[in-house]
Amino acid sequence: MNTSVNLAGVTLKNPVLTASGTFGSGMEFSRFVDLNKLGGVVTKGVSVVPWEGNATPRVAETASGMLNAIGLQNPGIDVFLSRDLPFLKPFNTAKIVNVCGHTEEEYLGAVERLNDSIADILEINISCPNVKAGGITFGTDPVMVEKITKAIKNISRKPVFMKLSPNVTDITEIARAAEAGGADGISLINTLMGMKIDIQRRKCLLANKTGGLSGPAIKPVAVRMVYQVSKCVSVPLIGMGGIASAEDAIEFMMAGATAVSVGTANFRNPRVTEEIVSGIETFMRENHIDDIREIIGCVE
Amino acid sequence: MEYKKAHVVSVNEIAPSIYDMLLKAPTISAQAKPGQFICLYSNDSAHLLPRPISICEVFGEHVRLVFRIAGYGTRELSAKKTGDEVTVLGPIGNGYPEIPKDKTVTVVGGGIGIPPMLYLARKLYENGNELNIVLGYRDAGLFLKDAFAGYGKIFVATDDGSVGFHGNVVGLIEAEKLPVETVCACGPMPMLKGLSAYTEANGGTAFISLEERMACGIGACLGCITKTKETDGHSHVRNARICTEGPVFDSKVLDFTGGKR
Repeated sequence: MNTSVNLAGVTLKNPVLTASGTFGSGMEFSRFVDLNKLGGVVTKGVSVVPWEGNATPRVAETASGMLNAIGLQNPGIDVFLSRDLPFLKPFNTAKIVNVCGHTEEEYLGAVERLNDSIADILEINISCPNVKAGGITFGTDPVMVEKITKAIKNISRKPVFMKLSPNVTDITEIARAAEAGGADGISLINTLMGMKIDIQRRKCLLANKTGGLSGPAIKPVAVRMVYQVSKCVSVPLIGMGGIASAEDAIEFMMAGATAVSVGTANFRNPRVTEEIVSGIETFMRENHIDDIREIIGCVE
Repeated sequence: MEYKKAHVVSVNEIAPSIYDMLLKAPTISAQAKPGQFICLYSNDSAHLLPRPISICEVFGEHVRLVFRIAGYGTRELSAKKTGDEVTVLGPIGNGYPEIPKDKTVTVVGGGIGIPPMLYLARKLYENGNELNIVLGYRDAGLFLKDAFAGYGKIFVATDDGSVGFHGNVVGLIEAEKLPVETVCACGPMPMLKGLSAYTEANGGTAFISLEERMACGIGACLGCITKTKETDGHSHVRNARICTEGPVFDSKVLDFTGGKR
C-alpha cells in the first residue's frame, strides 16, 4: 500500500500536514504526536522581524468553528532559524515553512534567509485576514498575486506554494495568477473573515473586531474551492479548511488536493493528525486502494 | 500533562449557577500543583474549543473543580452524572511558586477565582505558612468559605455588604491592615489590577492568576497571551502565554496597559 505523495518534487510519506498557525513548529504537540508519522509539519507564519500580533481576546468559539485574530505573532526569522528549524531537523517529516510579511521586501527578506535552511517547501501566506497591511491585501488582487509570486520565485531556491484567501469573488482567478507567477503549488484555503458580537456588552468579542473563521463550519466552502482550483491549474494543491477526520482528508483529496493540512482540529484533540494518518490507511485497506494517488482529483 | 478521558464521580450545585465537580483522574491528581488548571472538552463537536477550569482541590485519585455556568460548555459539564466520561487535558500551567514557610501569605480569591485558592491554602498551611485568607463574593452565597476553615484567618468581603466587609477585597485588606509582603490571588481582572497596585505600592509581591480565551491549551496557538513589560524567551516579543508561562505571574512582570505604552 502506497501512502506517499509528491509535492513539487518533495516526497511526503503520507499526505497529512499540519495547518500553519495551529501547530507552532511542532514542539508543543510533540508530546502528543509522533512527528515522524506525519507527512510534514507546516510551521506558524514567520516574518523577517518579530511581530507582536493583536490584543486579546484573540480567539472565540463559533458554531462548529472558531474565529481567531492572533495577528501573526512570531519571534522573527532569526529565532526561527536558530530554534524552531533545529528542533524539527531530527524528525523524518517534511519541513514546510510558512512565511508572512507586510511588504514585498519583507516577504523577500524572509524567503532569502530560508534559502540555505533545511526547509523543504515554503508556503507564502498572502491571505491572513488579521493584519492591517500585507497578507490578504496581496492575496485578493490577481495582479499583485502574480507579481509577488514572481518576485519570490526569482530569489527562492525552495519550492514555493502560495496560500490563498477564500475572501475573493473568484478563487480560480487568484489561483491562475499564482500559477502564472511561477508558483510550484497552491495551498487553500486560509480562514474566512468573520465577526462575533457579545450581545450583553454590545461589543465585538475579538479585540481585533474581525477574525478568521476556521473549523468544520468552513469545510464545504474549502472543498468547493479546492475542486474549482484543481480543475483550472496544473500545479499540486495542499487542501485545508475544517479537516477533523480521515474522511474529511479523503474528501479534499478526491476534490483535487495532493496533500491536506489539519488545523483547528488540533485544538480539540492534540493527537488528531496521527489519528488521521492511520484513518487514511484504514480507508485504503477497506476500499482496496493500493495507491493513495489514485484518489487525487478523482471526482469529475 | 495528559489528554484522556476522566470519570465523573459527582456534580453538585453549591450556590446559584456554581457547581462542584469531582473527577477521577489519577495522573492529573498526582501531578497537579496549586494554581494549575485543566481543559475539558464538550461531547458535542460543534463546540470544539476546550474549557479551561482551575483545579480547586485534589484528593487521592480525584480532582475537584468548582465552576460557574458561563455558557454552553460549563452548562454541559453541570449536567454530567456520576459515571459519565469527560475528555480532559492537564494539568496545565505553572501554578503558584513555592513560598518559604516563614512568610505570612495573604491569599485572595474573588468570585469564581476563589476555587483554586483552596488547594493553595491547604498546601501553604501544610508547609507551615501563616495565612490571611481574603474571600470576595457578590452576595451572601459564600460558596467554599467553610472549606478554608483551619488553614488561616478568614476575611469576607461582599459587593452588596450582606456579609463581612462592604466593598472589594483591596478595601478589606487596607481596612484590616493585612500584610502584603506576599500575596497570592485569583479573581476578576479589575480586582487583580487593584490588588497588584496596592501590593506593589506597599513593597510586596503579588502572584496573580490570569485567565483568557484559549484554543490549544498547550502553548502553540498564541491565543491566550498577556502583555509583559519585557520580552520573554519564548515569544521574543512582550507576550507571555497564559497557558504555559502562566497562569500565575508576579504582577511586576505584567504590562497592565495592554502594551499601549
